[in-house]
Amino acid sequence: MELTGAQILIHFLEDEGVEHIWGYPGGAALPIYDALDTDAKELKHILVRHEQAAVHAADGYARSTGKPGVVLVTSGPGATNTVTGIATAYMDSIPMIVITGQVPTSMIGLDAFQEVDTVGITRPIVKHNFLVKDVNDLAITLKKAFYIATTGRPGPVVIDIPKDVQNATSTYEYPQEVELRSYLPVVKGHSGQIKKAVDMMLSAERPIFYTGGGVVLGDGSEELIKLVRSLAYPITQTLMGLGAYPADDKQNVGMLGMHGTYEANLAMHHCDVLIAIGSRFDDRVTGNIEKFCPTAKIIHVDIDPASISKNVIVDIPIVGPVQQVLQEMNAQLAKADKKPNSEALQAWWSQIEEWRAAQCLKYDTHGAKIKPQAAVEAVWEVTKGDAYVTSDVGQHQMFAAQYYRFNKPRRWLNSGGLGTMGFGLPAAMGAQMAFPDATVLCITGEGSIQMNIQELSTCLQYNLPIKVVCLNNGFLGMVRQWQEFFYDRRYSMSYMDSLPDFVKLAEAYGHVGVRIDDPKTMKKQLEEAFALKDRFVFIDIMTDPQENVYPMIPAGAGQNEMILV
Amino acid sequence: MKHVISMLMENESGALSRVAGLFSARGYNIHALTVAPTEDESLSRLTLVTSGSAQQIEQIVKHLNRLIDVVKVINLTEGPHIERELMLIKLSAVGEYREEFVRLADIFRGTIVDVTPTTYTVQMVGESKKLDAFIGAIDSEMILETVRSGTVGVMRGEKCLQI
Repeated sequence: MELTGAQILIHFLEDEGVEHIWGYPGGAALPIYDALDTDAKELKHILVRHEQAAVHAADGYARSTGKPGVVLVTSGPGATNTVTGIATAYMDSIPMIVITGQVPTSMIGLDAFQEVDTVGITRPIVKHNFLVKDVNDLAITLKKAFYIATTGRPGPVVIDIPKDVQNATSTYEYPQEVELRSYLPVVKGHSGQIKKAVDMMLSAERPIFYTGGGVVLGDGSEELIKLVRSLAYPITQTLMGLGAYPADDKQNVGMLGMHGTYEANLAMHHCDVLIAIGSRFDDRVTGNIEKFCPTAKIIHVDIDPASISKNVIVDIPIVGPVQQVLQEMNAQLAKADKKPNSEALQAWWSQIEEWRAAQCLKYDTHGAKIKPQAAVEAVWEVTKGDAYVTSDVGQHQMFAAQYYRFNKPRRWLNSGGLGTMGFGLPAAMGAQMAFPDATVLCITGEGSIQMNIQELSTCLQYNLPIKVVCLNNGFLGMVRQWQEFFYDRRYSMSYMDSLPDFVKLAEAYGHVGVRIDDPKTMKKQLEEAFALKDRFVFIDIMTDPQENVYPMIPAGAGQNEMILV
Repeated sequence: MKHVISMLMENESGALSRVAGLFSARGYNIHALTVAPTEDESLSRLTLVTSGSAQQIEQIVKHLNRLIDVVKVINLTEGPHIERELMLIKLSAVGEYREEFVRLADIFRGTIVDVTPTTYTVQMVGESKKLDAFIGAIDSEMILETVRSGTVGVMRGEKCLQI
């Protein structure tokens, strides 16, 4: 079939099974947009209001479904506006394809209108990128891009397509397979290493599982639950790993790290065998690396060899896909003669229960002002803990992680690695598009939401019934908290003056706006808001501006040096 | 400690900048870097000299392997290997130095490849240490220009870096 490059792209995306594509048209992408109009059958394009939002939306789609998110933008500013979104996806290993228009090949390097070196700019923040100079290479390059983005440790791949390549013609046949001699992701963990790990796990006296986003991305949740339950060991998750193990389960000691629970961090500090799965010993998790897990032998399962012994030297590294490795661990465990040391385990659990009794997530519930923690808990109750929850970055993100108890994987979508404000609303668009009938909500703050507020318009165009829960304290809360603790309460530029009336703003965009400022009516108002199943509702909750996120490991301290209140 | 890391990579535009970018982005040292196509024109051979702790070198090798364009990586320093570097050095050769530099080049098994009434250009091949030693043996005021290729290397014996 003889097609133009632009048509090849559209046909390829449909043949690859892509259902949604987020984007924004412009000069160097016009042939593709034309082919979208003439050739697309099932493929649905969603027009955002800013390219950054297109990337975050594709990202939210990818995180909630496990399928790659696809983005289409023009050259120059279209491409540069995607950079924050691409870096966000890269840091959290999200499978994504970003297609950028480029000036014609004859004009590359001449400082043409809307020309930037897209491949050069995005190089450090992608898993790989391509500049397609020949239309005959287009289909196979697209296939390579999807293969690279979705296998091994996933990540974003950028494909830059000059306008003349979009217009040139070639025969098209969907490439069923692709082989790359330089890219061979590991598909199986080393059985010998797994055996050693199982032995070590069974000899443990004070074990703990420490699992991360890799378990979510690698669909390892089911096997993880089986493994953890059969051993009856405690488990803690990173911010990115929440939901992979049910929050309501007693063996779960909650999130660890800077704003993790007291019991999780203390158990980490005192453990003798640490079983790290799909987690990468991030500085927000380890605290001061010199003081990290001083008595532990460490097992580390990760798909990416470069993640192993990067920050912390480990004793038993296992490179492989988490699901397969966990499966084999379960199988080996079932055959093992040895049983966990129940006496030691009992003592370990009673120690953990002592730490748990500190009730580190307790907060004052009697004031006249709404506590942000109470707001998140009320949202949890109203949504029966069964929503897709996105967040932005700051105090509200931590409150969401601490108080919205996730019991399923792929329900908690947040920018953990890059920490991108403005992520929440567009990510919610992606999740809502993937799951039209599900409850999708974005827990945000009045600072973050304004970083992509223009997307209220997109939400109207596509009837996305997202619920925005804005914890509005008039401050850039996390900045304010650090200034209170570490900068003598000099609140430099953390106070947000001249905030818009978010209720009216929502109404101006054609949505429903609700303001909640009384703890007594909060629950009822939330129920009413969430009852509007087919409407986008902006819920502006006025919260206590002085509230801080506790507990906390101050920067430079160890996991055993938490501030409780 | 210095390590010589050698790799085969796809002979594609941008492959070199991915390697160079990795080093700058992660704060690794590059002392020397050299790259050229091989007998298989789809592959380039890149050799670089870096330094760091054993842990850092391990990370460097892992991160290089992670680059999609990199086909195969080896740390030559880990085993018996041969290293060579080419240097062209232009010397001010006047008066008593004209004789002196011929003798010195001879001792170091260098070759004078260009001669003018006032200059010599000496070509020398060897391990980097040897080239350093030659430079050290010359009165620094007489050195007009130094060009070095960076180290290349292969494993000794039958072992090869190939796909």
